Amino acid sequence: MTQGTTMTQPSGIPGGTGETPLLQVRDLEVTFKTVNGDVPAVRGVSFDLFPGENLAIVGESGSGKSTTATAILDLLASNGRVSGGSALFDGKDLTKVSRKEMVRIRGREIGYVPQDPMSNLNPVWNIGFQVRETIEANSDLRGKAAKARAVEVLEEAGLTDPGSRMRQYPNQFSGGMRQRVLIGIGMSARPKLLVADEPTSALDVTVQRRILDHLATLTSEYGTSVMFITHDLGLAAERAERLVVMYKGQVVEYGDSKEILADPRHPYTQRLVAAAPSLASRRIQTQVEKSGVAADPLGDVEPVVQAAEAEAKPEALIKVTGVTKVYDIRTGGLKKTPFKAVDNVSFEVPKGTTMAIVGESGSGKSTIAKMFLKLEDITSGTMTFDGQDVGSWPRRKLLEFRRRVQPVFQDPYGTLDPMRSIGTSIAEPLVTHGIGTKASRQKTVRELLDQVSLPSSTANRYPGELSGGQRQRIAIARALALKPDVLVLDEAVSALDVLVQGQVLNLLAELQSELGLTYLFITHDLAVVRMVADHVTVMRQGQVVEAASTDEVFENPKEQYTRDLLEAIPGGDFVFGA
Amino acid sequence: MPSNRHIERYVAPIEETPVAAVDAVDETQKASSVWLDAWKDMRGRWLTWVCLVLIVVIVVVALVPGLFTGMNPAGSSCNLGKSLDPPSAGHPFGFNKQGCDVYTRILYGTRSSLIVGLVATVLATLIGAVIGAIAGYYGGWLDSVVSRLGDIFFAIPTVLGAIVVMQVVPWGRNAITLAITLAVFGWPQVARIMRGAVLSSKQADFVTASTALGVSRGRNLLRHVVPNSLAPVIVIATVSLGTFIVAEATLSFLGVGLPPETVSWGVDISDAQAVIRVAPNLLFYPAAALAVTVLSFLLLGDVVRDALDPKARARR
Amino acid sequence: MLWYIGRRLLQLIPVFFGATLLIYLMVFAMPGDPIAALFGDHPPAPAVIEQIRHEYHLDQPVIVQYLLWIGGVFKGDFGTTFTGQPVSAAMAQAFPITARLAVLALLFEGVIGILVGLWAGLRKGGILDNGALFVSLLLISVPTFVIGFVAQYLFGIKWHIIRTTVSSAAPWDELIVPALVLASVSLANILRLTRASVAENVGADFVRTATAKGLGRRRVIGVHILRNSLIPVVTYLGTDLGNLMVGAIVTEGIFNIHGVGGTVYRAVQTGDGPTVVSFVAIMVIIFMLANLLVDLLYAVLDPRIRYAK
Repeated sequence: MTQGTTMTQPSGIPGGTGETPLLQVRDLEVTFKTVNGDVPAVRGVSFDLFPGENLAIVGESGSGKSTTATAILDLLASNGRVSGGSALFDGKDLTKVSRKEMVRIRGREIGYVPQDPMSNLNPVWNIGFQVRETIEANSDLRGKAAKARAVEVLEEAGLTDPGSRMRQYPNQFSGGMRQRVLIGIGMSARPKLLVADEPTSALDVTVQRRILDHLATLTSEYGTSVMFITHDLGLAAERAERLVVMYKGQVVEYGDSKEILADPRHPYTQRLVAAAPSLASRRIQTQVEKSGVAADPLGDVEPVVQAAEAEAKPEALIKVTGVTKVYDIRTGGLKKTPFKAVDNVSFEVPKGTTMAIVGESGSGKSTIAKMFLKLEDITSGTMTFDGQDVGSWPRRKLLEFRRRVQPVFQDPYGTLDPMRSIGTSIAEPLVTHGIGTKASRQKTVRELLDQVSLPSSTANRYPGELSGGQRQRIAIARALALKPDVLVLDEAVSALDVLVQGQVLNLLAELQSELGLTYLFITHDLAVVRMVADHVTVMRQGQVVEAASTDEVFENPKEQYTRDLLEAIPGGDFVFGA
Repeated sequence: MPSNRHIERYVAPIEETPVAAVDAVDETQKASSVWLDAWKDMRGRWLTWVCLVLIVVIVVVALVPGLFTGMNPAGSSCNLGKSLDPPSAGHPFGFNKQGCDVYTRILYGTRSSLIVGLVATVLATLIGAVIGAIAGYYGGWLDSVVSRLGDIFFAIPTVLGAIVVMQVVPWGRNAITLAITLAVFGWPQVARIMRGAVLSSKQADFVTASTALGVSRGRNLLRHVVPNSLAPVIVIATVSLGTFIVAEATLSFLGVGLPPETVSWGVDISDAQAVIRVAPNLLFYPAAALAVTVLSFLLLGDVVRDALDPKARARR
Repeated sequence: MLWYIGRRLLQLIPVFFGATLLIYLMVFAMPGDPIAALFGDHPPAPAVIEQIRHEYHLDQPVIVQYLLWIGGVFKGDFGTTFTGQPVSAAMAQAFPITARLAVLALLFEGVIGILVGLWAGLRKGGILDNGALFVSLLLISVPTFVIGFVAQYLFGIKWHIIRTTVSSAAPWDELIVPALVLASVSLANILRLTRASVAENVGADFVRTATAKGLGRRRVIGVHILRNSLIPVVTYLGTDLGNLMVGAIVTEGIFNIHGVGGTVYRAVQTGDGPTVVSFVAIMVIIFMLANLLVDLLYAVLDPRIRYAK
């Protein structure tokens, strides 16, 4: 174990061909000015990037990975500045060049592809305008020549019919198309270095793969090195030779990407690799199942090889038969056209198990969840819960239904009322159903907080002070207050960082085995499905594509779409921490 | 593909990069609600205190002007012989055309302006907030009807409408009728803002979560949606207070506001126009009093808005 | 886009009739004699009273009165003034003058408000930014007529730069100071709005991307920050027109300008009810049409409205 090896001084030759690095970052330090004084966001970051190589900077939110990248290009927010260190690019120190020189370098020598394609394109100018101004800023082309080049750029980026697309506006494009435009803009001057900040995390998984493949073709054609900023270890393993792992503003590990991910040495990297969901993961086995002893859900996630099959097959608690949902959409003008969000979907969920409903955007998976929660009406077909038809559940007994079926939603920052204390939010179900007295409710709140491993003092706090993972755990506590039978988890962990996600998934597994809960787990992330689900229903554009047990779907996918989804997972078959 | 370059391995020393427990709650920090946070932000700014002190002084003057002066604004304390006299001992602002002490008139004038402003604001805010909340939350035809109704009143600019009403409607001119008139034309703006806030609040997941719990629609509106929609309404209320006070002055100047017998800043400014060449201070003092009052409310509104808006706080 | 225009026009119809009906009801449907209400303590000659009674069909039920009146409005007949002159003629005379005043005021408030707001928004914090903020708040806190008096006093009486009142022909140069007075409150609001909008857009993602593309600072500010910051300002201009109209009454009154506002001012002073009502009705109609224009302009400026997916 070679812990504590220090960086060799920049000689640019870590044994080999004697090339100079394209980018040499040494002891970079970035500080932000806040109301609480100066806050160091990045400290002592050093790494090299050689021409023809790709580098990935990996970390969770708050690790400083994006800040490092934006600092190098002098794109920091107005209260941020580089307070130390250097970033040598092609011999020039980017932290010290003049503003004029930086303007010249940006776009021409270093390209940038940002994360969110919607907010990164100016909504009031058409696409052609935004591409053309890039070309005119980074070359001598003007007028017709610039326009022709712009068409070329869009075509290179993979857009069909670029000539007429040029006149359209960003809000008329899909997410994937917008990202292609941004990639086109970033690569338009054939830069030596491309900084790609989470370039595909806002997109569907099949679109992601196509775009990343396309990017790889472009960059290898022009000899551009790519610096990926990402939270996705699989992407890093697949697309980059070098890897920088960052934690709380510092570099904790740096080196060959596959080597690090196969054999992580720093404790943080080890945790990250252990928690990263991949196809090689296995169903989380709770300690209870393993040894009959209740575990600490906050411990490191340890996906364990699955034990023997469960005993007798439990009966279906949830039955969905031929369910269809049609919306009337107004398509400009007075007419309304019907839109089938869900088309003849059927599946069954046995009691005490987890059914994952997987699909990309527009697959209808969330609509199924909403219909089951009776937040939307079912157009046709039936959903039964415990033998009774959900659609025609008697109104007087509605409160009872609500008690037994509870949701947990995706966005941890919107799931709790910011004006109410945590204790009030968790107790709200009890108050609404008239359960207990004030004193007994407070006791129940404390118990629930304990069940989700949060200190009881949290009850007096407000959501604004808590992190995303903590808020999501409180949402789970609130959902459990009425001792429900079913939890509908609609992308409940999708917005969480990897380690926190692992923690919450572990918690959910523990709760399931302790309380005998049944889960309806809606997600787009197949790798997570591997870790949590017993059965999987794959959906596409409202229809069921494939439905089987988790093992079946992952080891023997029958449909092409399912295979596409599996292949699309970045670093899908890479074995982490082997 | 890259060359067979050997990539060295670096692992940071564990002492320099300690790994914390995942997602633990920081128990050392004190609990703080949204309002408390906003207050903490406000009390750190000197501007907040200047405004609050000014407002308190103004309110006290309005309630008990007699505390600050022994004279009357009209009638017995006025002496035509002293008409338009310059400032002297005990009369720091001089005398107006009727020989009344300007300082005293300013103090007593506070009451009229403040009553009109406060009553109009309270009425407009209440009416507007209730209507806007219901329209935004329940939507559908109710929203369409109410929005058109609001548009109709909104189409008539407040002071224009007030001119017509005060000119023509035979219900007497006093602070209350004026306030009601201003509120009648002023509520649509509050309603629009409340409606907008409610429309975005009701989309939040915590509202959906409450529905899924079994909370009734009405209760959801009152307990969850409305409290989260209050911030912009509070801001518009402070701004409206300022604009209503200015509106009263404008209407009194035109002759359709408070009657000339009432002691008000608007009336005094209007009277001062005739004698501006010889006594410009008669214009200055009531105008200054008006400006300071309105300014303190507007500044308070700005401070409150900054305190409640997390984005603005991050920028400061 | 066509759908958007159509919907706006459709919404305008009930508002148009509703607002005019409201004005009519306020005047003619209140308890008591409308004639007494209209004229207050200054009853005109009996012949004029008769004419008014006949014109407004006061013997008919209120709703019929309204319909007849609004019918007249569509034909361009807005009734007669106190002195017997047709309102439409008085309006035709006064309108061009007020139009000149309004154009100047819009020019001042737009150019100064946006430029100073842009500069303040880019340069957040510091003495000059806070100074600009404070001055604009002051302008909002002080009523327009006070600013008018002060301007009249300083520029006219004390420093003798301008005439204290504007001549009846109202040429452009004489309207400069009154236009500045009229623009003052709106200028302050536009300044604050631009400043807030710019400050927000400076940190926007697409601005960062524009910089990352290699665009120079000036282009980023002009093409990206300013262009996007203008949208809320344009929306504001619609409602601001109401303030301008009220301000015009006051400003034209003070400077004795024979425009629409001045006519209303004098009518209020002399208790000429019918003129007040007719002119206000016309101003309200103009306000509604101007707001419609602003809404259309907003759609032109913001493609998200035009091409809503």
